[in-house]
Amino acid sequence: MNKRSTWAYPYLVFLLIFVALPLVLVFWYAFQDASGQFTLDNFVRFASETETINTFVYSIEIAIITTLLCLLLGYPAAYILSNTALNPSAVTVVLFILPMWINMLVRTLATVALFDFLTLPLGEGALIFGMVYNFLPFMIYPIYNTLRKMDNSYKRAAQDLGANPLQVFTKVTLPLSMPGISSGVMMVFMPTISTFAVAELLTMNKVKLFGTTIQENINNGMWNYGAALALIMLVIIGLTSVLSDRDAEKEEGGLL
Amino acid sequence: MKKNDTIIKIDSVSKAFDGVTVLDEVSLDIKRGEFVTLLGPSGCGKTTLLRLIAGFALPDSGSIYMEGEDITHVPPYQRPLNTVFQRYALFPHLDVYDNVAFGLRLQKMPKDEIDKKVRKVLKMVSMTGYEDRDVESLSGGQQQRVAIARAIVNQPKVLLLDEPLAALDLKMRKDMQIELKEMHQKLGITFIYVTHDQEEALTLSDTIVVVNEGRIQQIGTPADIYNEPQNPFVADFIGESNILNATMIEDGKVNFIGHDFECVDKGFGNDVPVDVVVRPEDIYIMNNLDAAQFTGKVKSCVFKGVHYEMFVDTADGYEVMVQDYNAFEPGSEVGLIIKPQDIQVMKKPFTSNIFEGTMLAEDKVEIFGGEFACKPQEGIAVGDKVEVEVAFNKVDLVDNAEDGVLEGFVSFILYKGNHYHLTVTVDNGAYIYVDTQDIWDKSDWVGVNIAPKDIQIRSLSASAAEVKTQGKDE
Repeated sequence: MNKRSTWAYPYLVFLLIFVALPLVLVFWYAFQDASGQFTLDNFVRFASETETINTFVYSIEIAIITTLLCLLLGYPAAYILSNTALNPSAVTVVLFILPMWINMLVRTLATVALFDFLTLPLGEGALIFGMVYNFLPFMIYPIYNTLRKMDNSYKRAAQDLGANPLQVFTKVTLPLSMPGISSGVMMVFMPTISTFAVAELLTMNKVKLFGTTIQENINNGMWNYGAALALIMLVIIGLTSVLSDRDAEKEEGGLL
Repeated sequence: MKKNDTIIKIDSVSKAFDGVTVLDEVSLDIKRGEFVTLLGPSGCGKTTLLRLIAGFALPDSGSIYMEGEDITHVPPYQRPLNTVFQRYALFPHLDVYDNVAFGLRLQKMPKDEIDKKVRKVLKMVSMTGYEDRDVESLSGGQQQRVAIARAIVNQPKVLLLDEPLAALDLKMRKDMQIELKEMHQKLGITFIYVTHDQEEALTLSDTIVVVNEGRIQQIGTPADIYNEPQNPFVADFIGESNILNATMIEDGKVNFIGHDFECVDKGFGNDVPVDVVVRPEDIYIMNNLDAAQFTGKVKSCVFKGVHYEMFVDTADGYEVMVQDYNAFEPGSEVGLIIKPQDIQVMKKPFTSNIFEGTMLAEDKVEIFGGEFACKPQEGIAVGDKVEVEVAFNKVDLVDNAEDGVLEGFVSFILYKGNHYHLTVTVDNGAYIYVDTQDIWDKSDWVGVNIAPKDIQIRSLSASAAEVKTQGKDE
């Protein structure tokens, strides 16, 4: 008898109850009508409801904008943090990661209070600000990790072969940090696409994201339609992670 | 091509990292087309010197010239030289072809020309057919070839090689050595090669530069370095050797291991302490005791493939290493002969420890931050700078470093036939030389003590003449 494998049983039970079972239920409900009959009506309804499709597209737009902003702000930050000449102390890195230790709702409520204090209007701008603020560390950290682990000799080799500092960056540092970028993009894109509480708080329910639509349906007892919408979102997230995995599979990047 | 002009000139270059001196006033001329090897143990500064030439580091002082032009502050990408890195540093995101083409593409060379050059150089390193391979799928030897191809495709004037063969297994290393030598002859460019492997250096080089403790110890052809080492470090580092304390009696006559020997060295003066080096293969060993210069008893005999390596205890209490094609059984009495031309006499850099100290009290002196008790001194004021002399064999080393006045580590060990000559590096980087019968290992952390009666103190404020006469008296 293999004793070690028995240690895995509690985790297996946990996975079954909290991961596999909900997924099966989502799948199960999505292909049923209210009376429990098999149907594709839920998906047909999604395809014909312009408002829902618009919300869906808008959510993806917001997620893409958030991800791009995080990348634009996060890459230089990660680059500076990983460079021991510019940043000799590891404490600064902790300062960047620190916000991740605080509950996202608390941070969002604080953002609302900040906007109130500065008498800035809540709305789309506040939403994007809040999302970038919430998810920036998730972009910085994986990129920081790849850059920090990168062997300096690659940069030296590029210089040695005649590359000026800009060429060293574009031809060596950037391509070699792709695993970090792709894992950062995933870490930001996937949660932003399904977020709803943050959106509700920061826009006073003025802006509706796809996550909110799903939540509304489920709160209103429309389990089957809600499940179908959730499944559509899952497929989208699944596709992005498969695509970025293909990029990343050569190199180890990873979050930690 | 002119054979004798200098392509790279290093002019009294110094470099320190975190206050530790890595290179100390190094000057070196490298001739065009030469195969030069920087040879030394790890941490001796050879790699730092190479980095300064490549431009990855700036010297703290001194200049580097290439073809007469000062390139000290020229960034690496503008220097007409290329490097083969220790662990190759091939770009993992590019395939073999793109790695090799990297430099040429930066020069904005036409595509067909790049293609021609890349294929030619890959053929030269026997890597044709591997163009599309992922560099990480290649073996160490193959990566090595790609790294060389990537450097020489740019036709640099100087090729720098940083321990390029260190990661390969022995057989592969031998093959690559021959290939590198052939490549050097074919390309006709200057190779600057860094290694800690003395055999590799002897095989490959036109000129060997032996580096230790941030200083150049000797520059010469492999034969010069092997046959005429200029100091005990070089003699010990290159090949096997017997290094012994000796006294130069007069020109052509030297005394060591209790006997007078004829030698060919001159100009050391009379009755001057020196070091001699005798290579183990240069000691003739035989059963005939009558014709011998000195005799001994074989202690051990080990077969080494081509020859036998024997340790012989001489009648006068010394131990010498002898290599011979014939085996002499342990325990047998043997006769030994050393011919005059096989004795290499070297000047002793120091004959005793000379430190600079400060008087803390009448009977207390400070050396390198440690307080040593000494005999009461008269006529020297407290706070005065003094010169402290301690004989090599009067320094005590103790296992428990805290029990020593100073702490340090054993940085160099030399066996001198009947005792060990150690260099102990203390905290602030200063050296203390110790003669001892005890066996210590390299990098042992030790405490240093000196008995009060063995500390000789001379006032520095006294006239130089007085110091000199006192020095001679001993």
